Amino acid sequence: MSFVPVTPVEQAEMLATIGLTKIEALFQHIPESLRATSWDVPPGQSEMAVRARLAQLAGHGDGTRICFLGGGYYDHFVPAAVDALASRGEFATAYTPYQPEAAQGTLQSIYEYQSAVCRLTGMDFANASLYDGGTAVFEAATMAVRLTRRQHIVCHDSLNPLYREILETHTANLGLELLDGDDPAGAACVIVQNPAFLGDVRDFAPLAQRCHEAGALLIMSFYPLSLGLLKTPGAMGADIAVAEGQSLGVPLSFGGPYLGILTTRKEHVRRMPGRLAAATEDAQGRRGFVLTLQAREQHIRREKAMSNICSNEALIALRALIYLCLLGKEGLREAAAHCHAKAEFLKRRLSFARLLNPGPTFNEFAIRLPRKAQEVCAALAEQGYLAGLPLSAVGRGEETDLLVAVTEQRTRAQLDAFAEALARACR
Amino acid sequence: MELIFEKSRPGRRAVVFDPLDVPEATLPPALCREEPAALPEVGELDVVRHFSRLSQRNFGIDTHFYPLGSCTMKYNPKMAEAVAAHPGFLALHPHLASAPAMWPLCQGAFELIFELERLLAGIAGMRQVSLQPIAGAHGELTGTLMIAAYHREKGNARDTILIPDSAHGTNPASAAIAGFKVVEVPSLPDGTLDPEAFRKALNESVAGVMMTCPNTHGLFEPRVREIAQMAHETDALMYYDGANLNAIIGECRPGDLGFDVMHFNLHKTFATPHGMGGPGSGPVGVGERLEAFLPGPRVVRDGNAFGLASPPRSIGRISAFFGNFLIAVRAYAYILHLGGDGLRQVAHNAVLNANYVYARLKDLFEPAFDGPFMHECVFSAAPLAKHGVHALDIAKALLDRGFHAPTVYFPLTVKESLMIEPTETESKETLDAFCDAMAEIARLAAREPETLHAAPVTLPVGRLDEVRAARELNCRV
Repeated sequence: MSFVPVTPVEQAEMLATIGLTKIEALFQHIPESLRATSWDVPPGQSEMAVRARLAQLAGHGDGTRICFLGGGYYDHFVPAAVDALASRGEFATAYTPYQPEAAQGTLQSIYEYQSAVCRLTGMDFANASLYDGGTAVFEAATMAVRLTRRQHIVCHDSLNPLYREILETHTANLGLELLDGDDPAGAACVIVQNPAFLGDVRDFAPLAQRCHEAGALLIMSFYPLSLGLLKTPGAMGADIAVAEGQSLGVPLSFGGPYLGILTTRKEHVRRMPGRLAAATEDAQGRRGFVLTLQAREQHIRREKAMSNICSNEALIALRALIYLCLLGKEGLREAAAHCHAKAEFLKRRLSFARLLNPGPTFNEFAIRLPRKAQEVCAALAEQGYLAGLPLSAVGRGEETDLLVAVTEQRTRAQLDAFAEALARACR
Repeated sequence: MELIFEKSRPGRRAVVFDPLDVPEATLPPALCREEPAALPEVGELDVVRHFSRLSQRNFGIDTHFYPLGSCTMKYNPKMAEAVAAHPGFLALHPHLASAPAMWPLCQGAFELIFELERLLAGIAGMRQVSLQPIAGAHGELTGTLMIAAYHREKGNARDTILIPDSAHGTNPASAAIAGFKVVEVPSLPDGTLDPEAFRKALNESVAGVMMTCPNTHGLFEPRVREIAQMAHETDALMYYDGANLNAIIGECRPGDLGFDVMHFNLHKTFATPHGMGGPGSGPVGVGERLEAFLPGPRVVRDGNAFGLASPPRSIGRISAFFGNFLIAVRAYAYILHLGGDGLRQVAHNAVLNANYVYARLKDLFEPAFDGPFMHECVFSAAPLAKHGVHALDIAKALLDRGFHAPTVYFPLTVKESLMIEPTETESKETLDAFCDAMAEIARLAAREPETLHAAPVTLPVGRLDEVRAARELNCRV
């Protein structure tokens, strides 16, 4: 099986047109010494057999437990229309819109996505997408280095520790210095996250002001769905706001594909990485959309490009757009309000554990248990729960600390039962 | 067509949640947004019609022949979509991998990652593969970061990467983003690499060489082993850009050709459609020299169970978990389905189709090189300039005839370039229809060039004013 439609008779005709008789002759110019020394890929299997094998692997894990696990990736509801529309072949099997007249569907959807993200964040410009939340932090940091010509990047302790690690890997050879804290003096940027990795919700407006007084930029990593309620990065004065877009209609999928969101202020748009769609007209005055400011990109500027990104996450950005349209103005507020209210309800039910957040949280909070968090997670998994993220596993707490997330999908009955199960496991 | 925002009607809803079954909670007003985000207020049918109609304004593989050179726009079986949509994969939380206590809950995913990495390593002649990089260019960045770590470890002061002038733009961009200087090496007039130019460019500052084989001229690099030897003598490492792997799969393996590190484009070669630009997946493969530097953590086998461990001198996490996992699911299913013989047929028929198109067009358009071609062929439209016809006009005229255009104006080494990659999944009659359209366009170029300047006329919009777009920068409503 190879999805090759050419028949043996046609193949012979085609070879004759080329002036050959055997298909192997197409490779005869490659010296024998450069040919594969071994080739031990197993024989092909039928679709039926392959699907059975994959179903077995998919079943050998568990996505059916009631989920209180978050840590930057959340079990939100995905309306059926998101899958139905985003899986249309006309979207899924199209390429990057380099021929705009044959890609108006793609380009208009990017323009609408950019619009929706700007309205959500209070920022001026959004690009067409980056890979994910972690790599978006790296892109934002190097954008700040380009804009300020400074070499220090300051990471606030609110930042997801995985993002910090990704930033460190990507910048290892760039001669940049990564510092911790919130001192903007001499820095290209201070990178914060809201809500924080441990769940705390803050107003970073005062820090934004300190950054600007010191000539640094404030980069904010945000949780898109939380903006149904929370003050926006734009309103706080962020210069670049980035996000993991998974909460907007994207399944958890063991880590990807996800969506990197990047937004910025008007004055910085020419230094922004990634594709950008813009509205324009044809000769007859009809509205149409094109990619613009392409001189920032690798296919034009090569080693002087703002980023090396080529493939992005366009189809996932489309999912996020469809999700935002389906929820709409009121639905997004409702989803965020439900997440918050249900988390607050659970928080109060877990009074046997010590709450580690000093102030308000959105839908996630950290607790200290009387037992090791990993043991508790293992015990609760047996009862059908993903209890949360043991914080020591990501280097952010004691062995007894657990990060618990609640989404709009949890019911009061589930919250009650989980609180009891957790209490039992801690006894 | 109206924007979805223009279809908004105050008070209209699609998704409505159940009434809140716990008490309402409030946050301090200073932490809250003042107004709800001005998202569209539309019903589900509004959304369904809007996006269904938008989709119909696109060319995709499911509807059109799409011979974009270097992009490998082939048909990807629906079977791969079906397995990637399995609820058992979709619901799997990535942080299950973060704590050993939860590893028993993701053994199937670990096994799939382990098995796919092993299969890809075998296909490419590499020792190990990591699925962490999220796209091809991300794989390039990962590879060049590993090259940097290798030289840092050895105390080599290397700051330069050599890249042929025919390379994809991502190669120099990735090397620069990783912190290297880029030196471009010119190609010979026949379109292949000039080993003498390489010999001259290789010095003690060169950390590595990035190559694509077959290159973007559609040509196999016959002196690749010689170049690898020269590079290795100076301890420079060889990087293989896997963008064109579709052409040689089963016939040649990058590891056997002398490459130390490479990326795969799972979305080009292994059954993920391009999704209007992404998501893709760019796993890296490494040989002996870079094995210890792979991104971590990695899935390892421990008896009958799978767990995680980091290589001794790992460069660290390049993405949060295991890259674009659902793309890996598709690739694994595709490899199992095609098997060794099917994969080899992919390369055979991709090369057959490209050479057939070349044979049919070589007297109508000026070939940029003599060949023999692999998976794609490159022509130059420069001779048509005397009629005022350019590559862009040919591209737009093809759109009117129901074909997506080839890649135009790339590679940069060819003036008015037309780069055609038909892929193995297209039938002879489709290729014939495309070649007939090209023949008609060649005739019109000489006799009625103005009809080509007017194209496209059959699509929702004609040629768009890009200068105005960049000047006004209307990027949102």
